[in-house]
Amino acid sequence: MQIKTVFAGFGGQGVLMMGYSLAHAAMNEGLHVTYLPSYGAEVRGGTANCTVAVSDEEIASPVASQPDFIIAMNGPSLMAFQTRIAPGGAFFLNSSIIEGRPNRTDVSLFEIPAAGIASDLGSPRVQNVVMMGAYVKATRLVSADTYLKSLKSILGGRKKAAMEINRKAFAAGYDTID
Amino acid sequence: MKKVFSRPKSLKNVAFHYCAGCGHSITHRLICDAVDQLGIRGITIGVPPAGCAVLAYNYFDMDMLEAPHGRGCAVATGIKRTLPDRVVFSYQGDGDLAAIGTAETFHAANRGENITVIFINNAVYGMTGGQMAPTTLLGMTSTTSPPGRSAILDGHPIRMSEILAQLDGATYIERCAVNTPQNILRAGRAIRKAFQYQMDGVGFTMIEVLSQCPTNWKMTAAESCRWVDEVMAQTFPVGVIKDIGKGERHAD
Amino acid sequence: MDKTLISGNWACGEAAIRAGCRFYAGYPITPQNELTEYMAEHMRQAEGGTFIQAESEIAAVNMVLGASAAGARAMTSSSSPGISLKQEGISALAADELPAVVVNMMRGGPGLGNILPSQGDYFQATRGGGHGDYRTIVLAPSSVQELADLTMDAFDLADAYRNPVMILGDGMTGQMMEPVVFGKPRPRHYSEKYVLKGSGEGKSRFIRALILDALRMEEHNWKLVRKYTVIAQKEVRFETFRTGNAKLVIIAYGIAARIAKGAINRLRDSGYKVGLIRPITLWPFPAQIIRDTAERIGKFLVFEMSTGQMLEDVQLALEGRARVSFYGRPGGVVPTPAELAKAIVQEYQR
Repeated sequence: MQIKTVFAGFGGQGVLMMGYSLAHAAMNEGLHVTYLPSYGAEVRGGTANCTVAVSDEEIASPVASQPDFIIAMNGPSLMAFQTRIAPGGAFFLNSSIIEGRPNRTDVSLFEIPAAGIASDLGSPRVQNVVMMGAYVKATRLVSADTYLKSLKSILGGRKKAAMEINRKAFAAGYDTID
Repeated sequence: MKKVFSRPKSLKNVAFHYCAGCGHSITHRLICDAVDQLGIRGITIGVPPAGCAVLAYNYFDMDMLEAPHGRGCAVATGIKRTLPDRVVFSYQGDGDLAAIGTAETFHAANRGENITVIFINNAVYGMTGGQMAPTTLLGMTSTTSPPGRSAILDGHPIRMSEILAQLDGATYIERCAVNTPQNILRAGRAIRKAFQYQMDGVGFTMIEVLSQCPTNWKMTAAESCRWVDEVMAQTFPVGVIKDIGKGERHAD
Repeated sequence: MDKTLISGNWACGEAAIRAGCRFYAGYPITPQNELTEYMAEHMRQAEGGTFIQAESEIAAVNMVLGASAAGARAMTSSSSPGISLKQEGISALAADELPAVVVNMMRGGPGLGNILPSQGDYFQATRGGGHGDYRTIVLAPSSVQELADLTMDAFDLADAYRNPVMILGDGMTGQMMEPVVFGKPRPRHYSEKYVLKGSGEGKSRFIRALILDALRMEEHNWKLVRKYTVIAQKEVRFETFRTGNAKLVIIAYGIAARIAKGAINRLRDSGYKVGLIRPITLWPFPAQIIRDTAERIGKFLVFEMSTGQMLEDVQLALEGRARVSFYGRPGGVVPTPAELAKAIVQEYQR
């Protein structure tokens, strides 16, 4: 098993945090994992992306030429990555703000209104964790329990309230998947 | 009979390789006098340069680490930050300090590194055979400015002491000469004062020494001593350029 | 033994501090800025630690020269164009026989090139890089864990041989995060007699690289060579991977070796008998294992993220004993295992 996921969106949508939290959870499940952020000039263009590879054996390349999963938090990310996704892979779209849909017919599509759910929860910033809830449920790469523990240790000393809203966001996203 | 003059203890008892009349040997001696008077031979580390003084470690009887050309202030920074209670000085010529090593010198001064720089200004690259230095005077001939230094083609002589004095990290900068007995005594006092400032943790100190180079100036030793006063000091006036006063640290 | 999810640049900095590095000077350049930043934060917290953001790469390496002579475990880091600037100091460190660790997170070149992962600095790293007859020990990690381990080893090797040691990573090794377990600090074995700290009441000493007398300079050169010979005998490191019954062996280092492993696993699944030799020390180069392998295997393929530099060391090691082909992607391109597998199959079937 080797799964590569690309997380992409605007800077400020918490895209790198999504990848980092997944990588952290995968590490805690004893899996091999690599996390590769996009870096340099690209980061300053207002978009950000990162790639996480999770595997039960040594990972050859941390780069994903054909990602299995793509989490697109905004429209440009969908356009940028839709040609690269592996056949049989899956898109997770932040459907509250992305109007377009993938032109690929050989992939699955999860439309998660992450931004909307986060707004309803009163904290637009947690749209990334809403999306992670859906992602964790749909992919079963890591358990919800491990993920939340990792999230907690990443948030570290921050206020209890911060973890609480993140927990709610995760649950709300989790529940969007059957 | 009272002994009033002798070889400094921290100066090795070997003959200098410097040309007759050269300012290096006098300055070496002044540094060693200062080190003796302050009793710091055992805690002093010198950083000699590339150039005529590259063999300085043959004369200074104290620990020395040779720096690549121009990097004296960077090397001295590395030593001083590692051993803050030692007295660290770099010894640099004008090409070393004001051309290839300008950046290192400027930034060490700006950081207020607690080191002392002895800057030998003889307006020429001595060891490589008399090429134009950043301090070569306008109109002065050298092997690379055969018709004389031209402001238009070669730029102007750089007054490093005045430039570095602008930096908040520099605490004491004085330009001296070693062409007359009075000037030599004064230069010795300046060097001792700079070391004392360093021992008091005040910050970056530099003593510029107008140093005669009769060989490349194509003069007799006596002529070269007169030339320092009559010509060189017109462009590079001797005196205290900056002195924040002992113990007054530069603004943190 | 807690695992930490950490980037290569941070892991390198953390490992250095754990190894007792107490002097770091650097200058910003992508893709290794996180290492400089890590040192800025953590070196100040380490007891007796010094961090300096230098005015240039040249100043940084010369500060390291001074700190090393004064007895500190010292390090500087950069990426390709900055490493070119550091060569003056690396040559001086080698001449002075001073220990230091220099990290190069390689990016695309020549010139300013780009900021993407590349392996174009192999010649520079393994041939000394600066002027004069000298060698630098070069360690090439292929994972963040190995980067952390080799960083700690680098300080020990630098001390043991009083020679600069280079960690040769690339933009990807520096940027990617992986779980790491850090090694325990080890006591330093470095004689005080090499430390310049003022002569005290004793005899004064000097450290210098300038030796005007030809015979004495020659003597110094041969002395260095004797040291390099010992290093070449004792410090070679490499990994072999699935070479057992291989018909073709890939030779790759660093991140390229990982990609090669991915390709090899795929090909093995399809019945191709391929394996890998991964040099971990690029100098000294593991020539012997390559020669030994050539006694039973007739085909080698060198894979680098360059136009072919380690290739020459492989050819020198083999001296015509086996067929050597090459696959390379320079300029910041990171090929996929699938792409490499295609190139391997082509050679395999030839």
